[in-house]
Amino acid sequence: MKRMYFLILTCMISVLIFSCGNQNGNTANSTEKPKSMVPDAENYDPKRGEGKFSADNVKIDPKLDAALAATGEKIVNTKCASCHKLTGEKLVGPGWAGVTTRRKPEWIMNFITNPDPMINKDPEAKAMLELCLVRMPNQSLTDEDARSILEFMRKNDGIK
Amino acid sequence: MVLNNKTKLTFMKKMAFQSIAVIFSTLMMFAGCKPKNSADAVSGDAAAKAYVAPGKYDEFYNFVSGGFSGQMSVYGLPSGRLLKVIPVFSVDPEKGWGYSEETKPMLNTSHGFIPWDDLHHTELSQTNGEINGKWIFANANNTPRLARIDLKTFRTAEILELPNSGGNHSSPFGTENSEYIVAGTRFSVPPDDVSGDVPISSYKQNFKGHISFVSVDQTSGEMKIAFQLKTPGVNFDLARCGRAKSHGWFFFSCYNTEQANTMLEVNASQKDKDFIMAVNWKKAEEYIKAGKGKKQPVKYAHNVYSDVTHTATSTMMNEVTVLDVAELKDICYFIPCPKSPHGCDVDPTGEYIVGSGKLAALIPVFSFDKLQQAITAKSYDGEFGGIPVVKYEAALYGEVQKPGLGPLHTEFDGKGNAYTSFFVSSEVVKWNIKDLKVVDRVPTYYSVGHLCIPGGNTRKPSPKYLIAYNKITKDRYLPTGPELAQSAQLYDISGDKMQMILDFPTIGEPHYAQAAPADLIRNNGQLKIFKIADNKHPYAAKGENETKVVREGNKVHVYMTSIRSHFSPDNIEGIKMGDEVYFHVTNLEQDWDVPHGFGIKGAANAELLIMPGETTTLKWIPDRVGIFPMYCTDFCSALHQEMQGYVRVSPAGSNVPLTFSLGKVVPETK
Repeated sequence: MKRMYFLILTCMISVLIFSCGNQNGNTANSTEKPKSMVPDAENYDPKRGEGKFSADNVKIDPKLDAALAATGEKIVNTKCASCHKLTGEKLVGPGWAGVTTRRKPEWIMNFITNPDPMINKDPEAKAMLELCLVRMPNQSLTDEDARSILEFMRKNDGIK
Repeated sequence: MVLNNKTKLTFMKKMAFQSIAVIFSTLMMFAGCKPKNSADAVSGDAAAKAYVAPGKYDEFYNFVSGGFSGQMSVYGLPSGRLLKVIPVFSVDPEKGWGYSEETKPMLNTSHGFIPWDDLHHTELSQTNGEINGKWIFANANNTPRLARIDLKTFRTAEILELPNSGGNHSSPFGTENSEYIVAGTRFSVPPDDVSGDVPISSYKQNFKGHISFVSVDQTSGEMKIAFQLKTPGVNFDLARCGRAKSHGWFFFSCYNTEQANTMLEVNASQKDKDFIMAVNWKKAEEYIKAGKGKKQPVKYAHNVYSDVTHTATSTMMNEVTVLDVAELKDICYFIPCPKSPHGCDVDPTGEYIVGSGKLAALIPVFSFDKLQQAITAKSYDGEFGGIPVVKYEAALYGEVQKPGLGPLHTEFDGKGNAYTSFFVSSEVVKWNIKDLKVVDRVPTYYSVGHLCIPGGNTRKPSPKYLIAYNKITKDRYLPTGPELAQSAQLYDISGDKMQMILDFPTIGEPHYAQAAPADLIRNNGQLKIFKIADNKHPYAAKGENETKVVREGNKVHVYMTSIRSHFSPDNIEGIKMGDEVYFHVTNLEQDWDVPHGFGIKGAANAELLIMPGETTTLKWIPDRVGIFPMYCTDFCSALHQEMQGYVRVSPAGSNVPLTFSLGKVVPETK
């Protein structure tokens, strides 16, 4: 008899829980992104990364845009330099020397504007997290910020 | 808590034969044996009605006064989950409020720094008589002040002291476009510009009431005392604005029209009727424009917090404009109201004014239209202190007969019903405003005080829930020593009958509270971070290349940054005994939800909590020579425990040079 009541109780509670689920669109997940930005893991392109940028919308001139790089440097000093050195030496995060030869421009811009999903999916980013143990923060960079930082990285890698 | 046998027996029977719903209700019965009838009122689906699943959001924000804690707490409804305590009139170690150099000026007054006050009521800002989600106001009852909290940051943005006042109780009620927030003095006192060194027994001659009309800039929110009304000496208690047809009027309950100055418990309960004071504030505005106001020298503090400099400033003001309502006859009118009225509430149409005489056995309902006719026809019963007293029957719409004992406060559902709390008979009574008939009554725990319906003081209430707040704590929860948990109780009022669905504990004595639909607040442009580029703090370090340590005499300024997970600099030497060290810590993070903390050993002035993009300052005076550890107090990353540093303090006159560094490995030296 007792067992039966427990069964009923369990059933009722389950019904209660399931009927309460998905009643509204709210979610406590602060990193929720529009669906288009969260493709399935199988569709993940490790060369491009995940985010707004692709080879189609990132224009790179072989020559350096010095003014853009200077803008980037200012942002880097405020938002990046606490953790990244311009040499190859790791501080909190990896050193930046050679980063523009190791990664595609769109990968870099996607990663610095959209770090959380990429740290979860990107094989290289995951490997880096195992080394650094601190997830790279989202520093609320605008698209223009990201492009100017990329230009500064190119300058740091010797582009003239 | 003792279960009697009868209850146990009932429990067994129900367990055996009835549905699971009954088990829930019986469990609820166990949770609150006292008062028994209150627990009996819980029916089967209460748990489901108050349940909000993990990760789901509540339907309403509930802004609850923290009473004698001086703070305001924010709850989600219907879950009753505590979301935040907003520091307002008291220092708060959790948020560094009143401890950081930047926030200390917020608690400044003409009496100096006040670390702890008593917050009673809350008032959401309105446009056209509806909640607009911009700000919430609060009153300090002890040292009279008003506060404005910015609902984009959930922080206190401004505090304004009120001169000529004692006990700012009749506050911070607002007009229906928040043109004004009012502040009526509970204690009448001699005005600030004359000597208060008078016999207390000279109350009738020397003591005056003052009501401040504080204007609110609709863009910046900045508050300013537009004018004060000087009234005869009485106690002002609560107030409500007129709305819709009665916009332009304000109604204040007052007691102690006996003008007693001692043993008020007896001496202020002599008369059958005290007053509700009706104020024609549009008329007062005309008099101000016509230059009828008297400039009076006074002293009061006006404190403003800037989200750009992350710093508060306190300015001492020295003048206020006063209108004497005994001289200017057509601003104020007294309406007799039975037995020491407390609540004074106006229905959503603006026609009905409900007075709640604490000691009365009925509820009088006044009509705004009849009041206007009575004033036109001069249906007066003489004057009190130079103010016309309107005949009771001339303004009365009708009386609710035998509603309960000890009516205190009334809220409205916008469907023609009023809900009144009864302190002595411990119940909430729902009654119809038109026919004045009681429709429903539910027991509450002993000694209920304020009520809240979301938007219950507006033109358009959201009448889904009603919350009743206790006046006296009772054992609703597990005992916690001599002091018991304060409490609120949630009712579903969506149906014809009120249904109790939840108890939840509150911070301090929960006086008044207001609630608003969640989407209205969370879609108001909530701030997630402070943009580092906009940071105009004079000591901000916007990047590690700007960090430094600068000596100015015996003052040492440390321009410090924090980011996951280190400080820059994290080694500082050359501090000497006698120095005052200011740690100006800038949080370089630009992501939501990544505050950093800062603590240093021996800090007599607590710690800091710094939001992303913000700069905050801790003043530290070392009390001995030695090495002082400092660290981040708010868990920030896997390497949070590594976020630390050292400060070396040398004797006064030492020749250790001032140095600072981060990540510099130096050879060992003495």
